[in-house]
Amino acid sequence: MYTNFRFAIFKFVSLNMQSQKVNLVTPFFTFKNKKRAEVKFFWLLFLTKHLDGCKGEKNMKKYLAGMLIAATLYSPVSVAEPTEVHFWHAFTGRLGELVAAQVDDFNASQSDYKVVQTHKGNYSETLNSGIAAFRANEQPHILMVFEVGTASMMAARGAVRPMHEVMKLSGAEFDQDAYIGAVKGYYTSTEGDMLSLPFNASTPVLWVNRDAMAAAGVDPDTDLSTWQSVGTALTALKAGGEECPLVTAWQSWIHLENFSAYHDVPFATKDNGFAGLDTELTLNGPAQVAHLSAMGQWAKDGKFIYTGRRNEGGANFRAGECALFTESSAGYAGIKKEAEFDFEVRPLPYWKGVGNSPQNTIIGGASLWVMEGHSDAEYKGAGEFLSYLSSTDVQAQWHQDTGYLPITAEAGDATRASGFYAANPGTEVAVLQMTANKPTANSNGLRLGSYDQIRGIIDEELEAIWSGDKSAQEAMDSAKERGDALLRRFESANR
Amino acid sequence: MNQRVTFRGWWLPILLIAPQVIISAVFFFYPAGQAIWQSLFIPDPFGLSSVFVGLGNFEFLFSDKFYRASFVTTAVFSILVTLCSMIPALFLAVMADRLIKGSGTYRTMLIWPYAVAPAIAGVLWLFMFNTRVGVVSWYLGQLGYDWNHVLNGGEAMGLVVVASAWGRISYNFLFFLAALQAVPRSVIEAAAIDGARFWKRFWTVVLPLLSPTAFFLLVVNIVYSFFETFGVIHTITSGGPQQSTTILVYKVFADGFVGQDLGSSAAQSVILLFVVGLLTIIQFKYIEKKVHY
Repeated sequence: MYTNFRFAIFKFVSLNMQSQKVNLVTPFFTFKNKKRAEVKFFWLLFLTKHLDGCKGEKNMKKYLAGMLIAATLYSPVSVAEPTEVHFWHAFTGRLGELVAAQVDDFNASQSDYKVVQTHKGNYSETLNSGIAAFRANEQPHILMVFEVGTASMMAARGAVRPMHEVMKLSGAEFDQDAYIGAVKGYYTSTEGDMLSLPFNASTPVLWVNRDAMAAAGVDPDTDLSTWQSVGTALTALKAGGEECPLVTAWQSWIHLENFSAYHDVPFATKDNGFAGLDTELTLNGPAQVAHLSAMGQWAKDGKFIYTGRRNEGGANFRAGECALFTESSAGYAGIKKEAEFDFEVRPLPYWKGVGNSPQNTIIGGASLWVMEGHSDAEYKGAGEFLSYLSSTDVQAQWHQDTGYLPITAEAGDATRASGFYAANPGTEVAVLQMTANKPTANSNGLRLGSYDQIRGIIDEELEAIWSGDKSAQEAMDSAKERGDALLRRFESANR
Repeated sequence: MNQRVTFRGWWLPILLIAPQVIISAVFFFYPAGQAIWQSLFIPDPFGLSSVFVGLGNFEFLFSDKFYRASFVTTAVFSILVTLCSMIPALFLAVMADRLIKGSGTYRTMLIWPYAVAPAIAGVLWLFMFNTRVGVVSWYLGQLGYDWNHVLNGGEAMGLVVVASAWGRISYNFLFFLAALQAVPRSVIEAAAIDGARFWKRFWTVVLPLLSPTAFFLLVVNIVYSFFETFGVIHTITSGGPQQSTTILVYKVFADGFVGQDLGSSAAQSVILLFVVGLLTIIQFKYIEKKVHY
């Protein structure tokens, strides 16, 4: 009799597992997929087998009661249970809270889908988790990938489902033209289809510590729109006793990638990699070398202080130790919170004579990719969620809360109309700088494989310039040679 | 007269060594085999496709002058870490062994750093030497020395060596202390009666008796500096400035998990496997001969 009973449960559970529509949700654990449910089920089998040894009337009653509980644990929950959409991201702290709030709002706004957000570490770790999960066939529906991982994601055709396809499938409203060109350009295929949804996008600007300028006897309102005038200001600052005239964050992103786009010179051939995998770096061009030579000279003269590869310099600037700081526009929240001095945001300087006027800068940050291997119902949910994220109100709020760029023009307009820019001077600089011109082939962004690693190489070579070990030309020639070797490897791995 | 005890039959001996063989097979031979197999391919990160390249990954690595330079960096780093962790440990152990009062407290305090995880130790040292807020770098600045491990490769190497060796001193201290206490008093007393002073006794009597322990620690510390210092390097320098602190293991991580280049990463693991194997053979073949058990 026991065996029959066990067999019945087996039937019951295995049927549930086969039907994809029924969620195996229990009060204690949720099963993300079939595999784990099976593991749990074998545990149950093991337990029942163990209990089989029980003898006597009383024990048998207990046994049956246990089985009954087990049976209810595995009973199908009503079919109306919302479809779960898993979303892995890289945000902690304030940004993490804001993401959680967006997800909660979306879940509360409808009952068909339930987005489950999970923090998976920093950008690199999140991407690694996503890749490892895909290999184990346990990938989330939506994965946050930082901008330099874009080429890797695009090349993984069988692993990701392009954004425009998801949107078509979900039937959600989706107008690619609503997105700001310079933001979506980074994540758009050469055919013009959006592949992922830009989520947090920022662009570099120049932060000015007005008090430090005044203390060194430099007019805080002095012109800083060109690197020529910045050079003059740095000399004056140094002469005025400022120990840290200029500091930067994300040196490769700001002083090479954005520099190239801003001056409309190529960073790599094949439209910075947009037009094909057989791309080569051209970051050793005359414009870049001239800029880095000037920076190297400033470093030697103690006018530019190098603090590290990431945004270590932010701590120096926020503490009021540095006069000028090239950093992402998203540094706004931190600087506003900590700076006990009068600060100002200026557009990123450009070299007069290299171009007639600055082109546009490119973005940094992350976008949301939809992974392959899920059911249509789940893709519908993912599409709904992504379209909710790009809706004007949500975007405008996100833009104002974080300092990240709005991804749609409408969200920017709504922010302007609300009087936010007027009340918070400097917050619009990045938006204007991004949208000043229609992006060219040199200013759409970068699409280079193994780019995280190539950035590491660039960082190393830049350090050689700052320490005076190499000239800018030698360092960039070496960066090109080493970077190209990785690009060839990436090309052969993704042919 | 040499009597050898042998098993009758095969079953019992096989059964007895089976657990060790199984563990080695599952946790060593299988993964090592996998690494060798994967080192022959260039796979894409998602595992969707992979291209057979034969020894192409190795060719790619050895044609990279930065990879070759990494061998030198690793050698310098390992030697420094081993020396910096063994010599102070031996010194402290000798001193602690001579203590009469409060030796328990002293020893306990010396063992503490071992409980600190490498990554945490890295962060602690980083804070002390931080170019902006570091206590030590501030004092150095007062003395007129401009500490900047962010740009100066030598200083960066010094910092990661000290941070890696620091916690390890405790471990070595424990072993040296135990070994010192196992030195028979009679030998030392005999030497003393012969008129040998403390350091003379130490060099001629105690140190040779410590050689098995020292040899064991040498092997263990070299393996440690190869494989377990990764957390320290990751938190303090991330391999920079330029490539001055990129040791072989850090490169395996950087290429495999940051660069998603699993083929190259696997090939590097295989090379590392051979390097460590070779080192261990050399150690056992040549240095062990000088060790008196």
